[in-house]
Amino acid sequence: MSELLAVDNLTVEFPTDRGAAQVLDRISLEIAPGEVVGLVGESGCGKTTLARAILGVLPRSGGRITSGQIRFKGRDLLAEDPRLVNDEIRGRAITFIPQDPWSSWSPLFTVGAQVMDVMKWKSPRRTRAGRLTRRWPALLRGYPRARRRADWQATIDVLRAVHVPEPERALRRLPHEFSGGQRQRLLIALALLPGPDLIIADEPTTALDVTIQAQILRLLRSLVKERGVSVLFTTHDLGTAYEICDRVVVMYAGQEMESAPTAAFFERPAHPYTRRLIESLPTPGEEIRDIPGEVPSLIDPPPGCRFHPRCDYATAECRAARPAARIVDGPHRVRCVHPVGKA
Amino acid sequence: MRAIAALLRSLARDRSALLGLGLILALVLSAVLAPVLATYPGDVFEIHPAKRLLSPGPDHWLGTDRMGSDIYSRLLFGARITILIGVIAVGASLVIGVPVGLVAGHYHSWTSDLLMRVSDIFLAVPQVVLAIAIAQTLGPSLPNVILALSVTYWPWFARLVYAETRSLEKEIFIESTAALGASPWRLIALHVLPNVASPVIVRASIGMGFTILTAAALGFLGLGPPPPTPEWGRTIAESREFLPDAWWYAAAPGLAIFLTVMGFNLLGDGLRDLLDPRIRRSRGIAAGAGVRDE
Amino acid sequence: MRLLALVVRRLAWFAPTLLGLLAITFVISRVIPADPVLLVAGETATPAQVAALRHQLGFDRPLAVQFIDYVGRLARGDLGTSLYTTRPITDDLATRLPATIELTLVAMVFSIVAGIPLGVVSALWRNSVLDHALRVVTVSGLAIASFWLGIMLQLLFAMRLGWTPLNGRLSGFPPATITGLYLVDAAITWDWTAFAAALGHVALPATTLAFPALATLVRFTRAGVLEVMQSNFVLYQRAMGLPGSVIVWKYILRSALTSTVTQIGLLFGILLAGAVVTETVFDWPGMGTYAVNSIIRSDYNAIMGFTVWAGAIFLVVNLLVDVTHTAIDPRERAA
Repeated sequence: MSELLAVDNLTVEFPTDRGAAQVLDRISLEIAPGEVVGLVGESGCGKTTLARAILGVLPRSGGRITSGQIRFKGRDLLAEDPRLVNDEIRGRAITFIPQDPWSSWSPLFTVGAQVMDVMKWKSPRRTRAGRLTRRWPALLRGYPRARRRADWQATIDVLRAVHVPEPERALRRLPHEFSGGQRQRLLIALALLPGPDLIIADEPTTALDVTIQAQILRLLRSLVKERGVSVLFTTHDLGTAYEICDRVVVMYAGQEMESAPTAAFFERPAHPYTRRLIESLPTPGEEIRDIPGEVPSLIDPPPGCRFHPRCDYATAECRAARPAARIVDGPHRVRCVHPVGKA
Repeated sequence: MRAIAALLRSLARDRSALLGLGLILALVLSAVLAPVLATYPGDVFEIHPAKRLLSPGPDHWLGTDRMGSDIYSRLLFGARITILIGVIAVGASLVIGVPVGLVAGHYHSWTSDLLMRVSDIFLAVPQVVLAIAIAQTLGPSLPNVILALSVTYWPWFARLVYAETRSLEKEIFIESTAALGASPWRLIALHVLPNVASPVIVRASIGMGFTILTAAALGFLGLGPPPPTPEWGRTIAESREFLPDAWWYAAAPGLAIFLTVMGFNLLGDGLRDLLDPRIRRSRGIAAGAGVRDE
Repeated sequence: MRLLALVVRRLAWFAPTLLGLLAITFVISRVIPADPVLLVAGETATPAQVAALRHQLGFDRPLAVQFIDYVGRLARGDLGTSLYTTRPITDDLATRLPATIELTLVAMVFSIVAGIPLGVVSALWRNSVLDHALRVVTVSGLAIASFWLGIMLQLLFAMRLGWTPLNGRLSGFPPATITGLYLVDAAITWDWTAFAAALGHVALPATTLAFPALATLVRFTRAGVLEVMQSNFVLYQRAMGLPGSVIVWKYILRSALTSTVTQIGLLFGILLAGAVVTETVFDWPGMGTYAVNSIIRSDYNAIMGFTVWAGAIFLVVNLLVDVTHTAIDPRERAA
């Protein structure tokens, strides 16, 4: 397999008062090495849940993975020893850029303390990560001085790369002394420092000012391309996806609908939902076009393709079973019985 | 009215609050039906020296005390004392404290400051100590215990109501300056009181528990109603010289106190969780956990 | 700046509040049916002797004059003479203060050292057997009468099992007096027999005293940790695979404790209040028994002296608590 990450028929349920909500329904997704994939969808479509499921940090009060696999470099993360996954994969091979730069830092510790804590455990220079030495509890283990200095230097270098001014002094400050944009840069740096293969970025620019968003996005893309790191980038904003993604996957109500290289996605969308989404982007001078209907309940979702109640082209086949993935053109795939402009 | 029904329904879903309610009901029933439930109702006054310090058995479910009286029966009658003290003391504290708090909270003059300083004085010393001082001064008797407890507990209500009134009124004045035309009594009665009611009710329930504990402490120190009144705290004090052999003599009244106070605490907790959204977070944590009461 | 204003304002009210407290206690202690002068004079005294004693003690003067005189002497640091022991009250209190402080400190240390980790664990394993067991403990902690708990502990550990002495502060020779705290003094002077004896004696009273404080701390810590666990930074650290123990004991605990710290001051208040009754049960020679005994003996001067002390301590503690709370909570400062 040439894929770095392969999500295979993943289903995630959340228990609620009124029954189990099927937040993700047999979702499949692949990411190749060095590829920036955008995961697009409206709020509530499950993109954040998918991101968190891959990382293995679904909220304790709810989400359970009920079926499927998450294969990273060939190994199913769900079948591995969780402690190994936590030690080797999370924060090392797969890192995370959270949505909210404001609250993702502990307000009581300096930025440097928090960064070095990550480096202590996740630095690429750390050996013996595979062997879980259980003799000392993690809290009491030390940080070898030589490695610490090397890590510190690496941190300073990356901070410069993300354009954080005066990195040495910055690290001595508390998080609240930084602006949102700066904090997000710091988080980007932290995502790069362990030398990951894949970064999961959950709407990393949503909480920022529009003026800064483009800056951050471009920075992220250039850094990632430099290092050949893959990115899974969730967003509800098509424009953002257009900016930096190589490929776009669109989700609706817990199902993935279409997956295409960016250009093809925007120029020749095949799925009716994708079409509607792109059409609904406001253009000056024209009326706003909404998609009629409402997002379905996930506790009692429509059978088959979940978009069919709102789709102009829906037939009985759409209701009967979930459409399999069809090839539109090379890597462009769609899960639809009636793709628009089918070849 | 409908709001109250909805509240009661959600309360019913809270199991520990229901347990608390159950315990309180048991207490009330014991007190009210004491003459019926007691196996030796006369033992409140009668003594039977020949039967001193018998262990619990089929005749005397909780054994007999140093005078030969049935402990179980005396405990039931002691419940009457407990309820009386609790209800009147907390009631009196309410009646004094709430108006004081309302007035102090509403007016922003030196009267408010004075009232709050006075309550601070009472709060400056632990309730127990002040209650002891007052009870000792006036002599051991039931009315004096109630008096001592009321005098030392009203500041809790005053403080609570003061804080709530102040913050509530800030909101109201921002909302409608037209209200300035209305009389202050209308303002208080219509807007402040209903909102103040919830925290007051929670505090009252938890306060019952603390008051009963303090009353028992006073009884233990000999400052409560004198014998032969079967007050629980005093019974424990009496039992001390007969330990460790007659352990049931000390254990039984203590358990009675424990179950009673637990009942009020559980109910109070349940009520607080219920009414929580209206108690602001920062105050809720300290006020809600009832820490200041100790 | 606001902090300073708060401190100044509270200090300004300190004296008047204390004065008010004194006035109330003064009035109460003078308005009593039993005449302490008679008690002091004894049963065989003649009326003339009683009158002379009353004059000597200054109790025949008008109430207001007595009060002013008292306050005046207080300002000079003179708390008067005990009617019962005929020693200066300052001396009496000084002998008894270390005992109460030691008891309170041991209880506080115990409740903190046990309470906080238990609270954390209870939050981590929510709804587990341990959590439910602790829930029972926390609820009981505030429902048990401390004097009864003390008696029950005595019953079990001292009488039935014989593991600890029954009451008192020490059996045998006390260690050299450096701080007045037996445990500290014994440790400093390597007097381990005294240390063991002191420890045995303080075990039951400290446990009794600590129980409600422990219950409160577990509750607070649990609530605090549960709240912090929902934070985004915890999610981030989990997503980045930081070891669980680091996340919990370094980051979560620190955040949860910021609100608990203000409670430590209140804890002290709880403990001091409980000390009065607990000392009585265990015959602990501290300020608590002093207060109770003075009241029972109608020793006016001692009652007043104790009230001054207790009132002052409480006012200071309350001030510290409010100051800390304002300093820590940014919302209070902005308000």
